[in-house]
Amino acid sequence: MSGNLTKVVLLHLAVLVALFAGQFFASDYAVLTLTRIMVLAVYAVGYNFLFGYTGLLSLGHAMFFATGLYVAAIGTTRAGLSVPAAFAMAIVIGFVVSLVMGAIILRATGVAFMIVTLMFSQAAFLTVLYFGEFTRGDEGIVIPDAIRSFIFLGVPVDLTSEVLRYNMALAILGCAVALTLVLVRSRFGHVLIAIRENENRTAMLGYDVARYKLIAFVISGMLSAVSGATYALMFAYAGSTLASIQYSIHPLLWTLLGGASTVLGPVLGTALMFLLVDFASSFTNANLLMVGAVLILLVLFFPKGIIGTLRQRYVPWLP
Amino acid sequence: MTALLETRGLSRSFGGLIAVSEVDFTLMAGEVRAVIGPNGAGKTTFVSLIAGRVPPSSGIVLFEGEDITRLPAFRRVRRGIAYTFQITSIYANLSVSENVELAAHQSGAAGSRAALEHVGLADRAQQIAGTLSYGHQRLLEVAMGLALHPKLLILDEPTQGLSDAEIANFIELVRGLSRDTTVLLIEHNMPVVMDLAHRITVFDRGAILAEGSPGEIRADPAVQTAYLGSADA
Repeated sequence: MSGNLTKVVLLHLAVLVALFAGQFFASDYAVLTLTRIMVLAVYAVGYNFLFGYTGLLSLGHAMFFATGLYVAAIGTTRAGLSVPAAFAMAIVIGFVVSLVMGAIILRATGVAFMIVTLMFSQAAFLTVLYFGEFTRGDEGIVIPDAIRSFIFLGVPVDLTSEVLRYNMALAILGCAVALTLVLVRSRFGHVLIAIRENENRTAMLGYDVARYKLIAFVISGMLSAVSGATYALMFAYAGSTLASIQYSIHPLLWTLLGGASTVLGPVLGTALMFLLVDFASSFTNANLLMVGAVLILLVLFFPKGIIGTLRQRYVPWLP
Repeated sequence: MTALLETRGLSRSFGGLIAVSEVDFTLMAGEVRAVIGPNGAGKTTFVSLIAGRVPPSSGIVLFEGEDITRLPAFRRVRRGIAYTFQITSIYANLSVSENVELAAHQSGAAGSRAALEHVGLADRAQQIAGTLSYGHQRLLEVAMGLALHPKLLILDEPTQGLSDAEIANFIELVRGLSRDTTVLLIEHNMPVVMDLAHRITVFDRGAILAEGSPGEIRADPAVQTAYLGSADA
């Protein structure tokens, strides 16, 4: 196992180093695209923690993404919070919202769980529209550049700088990947996988299944909120589209494309889907049709996602 | 000698169907007890009430003299009640050793190794559990029960679907276990029951029909009626 551990750590470090090196070769446009991908990949990594490793399929993660998004946007523009304070606040509120939602939603299982997550997320979306005075509905909140340039612990930070944004997004993604890696290789992670594989059996081995599921739910929700807050602060925008059902489905598709219950799958899936939509949009506005076609091919040829299928066939040690 | 497990007035109904009705049951530490009875007699519901998988409609369950009626299943497991499923319930996609390690909370890898050796699966530790033969999957299920180091091991129809040779091994295994674990066994296979059990409890229509040593049960006319039907029925 220790030999595998070295390989696993080296592989993930190599991916992060490659992403770091990428900024020196990529065009300005590619840097911006990669920044977006990395921020959204944090969302997918968080989603996969619940879906891939714990086996809970949520159709409502947009509510957690939107929590981070709006706490950051409203915090900076209305409540006079600094960017770091708003970010910290987003994490704290993300924690509280996931804990409360998890405590309620986890009473349901299976299909009911999916429907209840969807329901609460739609309620959250409608709440965003209802309080249009604060959220500015689908028009959205724009965070002024003046707020995004600030001094943090004596260091001037300018979030309009593309290089800085890129490296911050990379750092946050690196943390999310490292956290997932540590958790899924821990005893805690093994119990989550056991719950996914056979929940009754796991309870009959003396594990408090409800507690494990709640903790996984909160970690997943918090990572989603971190992604949402980062998105708002880096791209200076929070609109209701980002709280809509589409944004609940996105992380599911990204995860399925890259490979559920693989650490790097959601990252790869986010990147591929993003690039595909980008590419398709350059010549057609029916880009969702392309997405649909890719999903059908995926189900036919890579039912476990790209990295999931690679793991199954060639590299069994991948986490 | 004190009772390890005791139930008083334990009942459970599903809608209008009374599956278990007012059962008073006592199990002494160190016993091997078999629970037998016709299909639908409430045996599985009864042990599920003990294991905490099903909440009772009324009555109480005492384990080591303490009331555990309100405890969820996982807390009962931690107190020493292990349950092996009637329908094999393992982690089919995980390796044999991973299966048992999940059960070996306290003793870790060493405990899991010991449990596998005990049931004779040590040489298959790295195999994916779902690829084991049915008989070996049953043994794995028992190994998971053992790795919990239970005070009470509940086996729900453990020999169902096993070959005669496998059954013979299984009898030896359970006999070995019973030196330090109390065993509660639901079983249809009469030779196994007669061979292993110190005492037998016969269920019929949700209630205890008879209880006694294998010899007493064999001679009991009420038991014969329940199993075979009476001449004037």
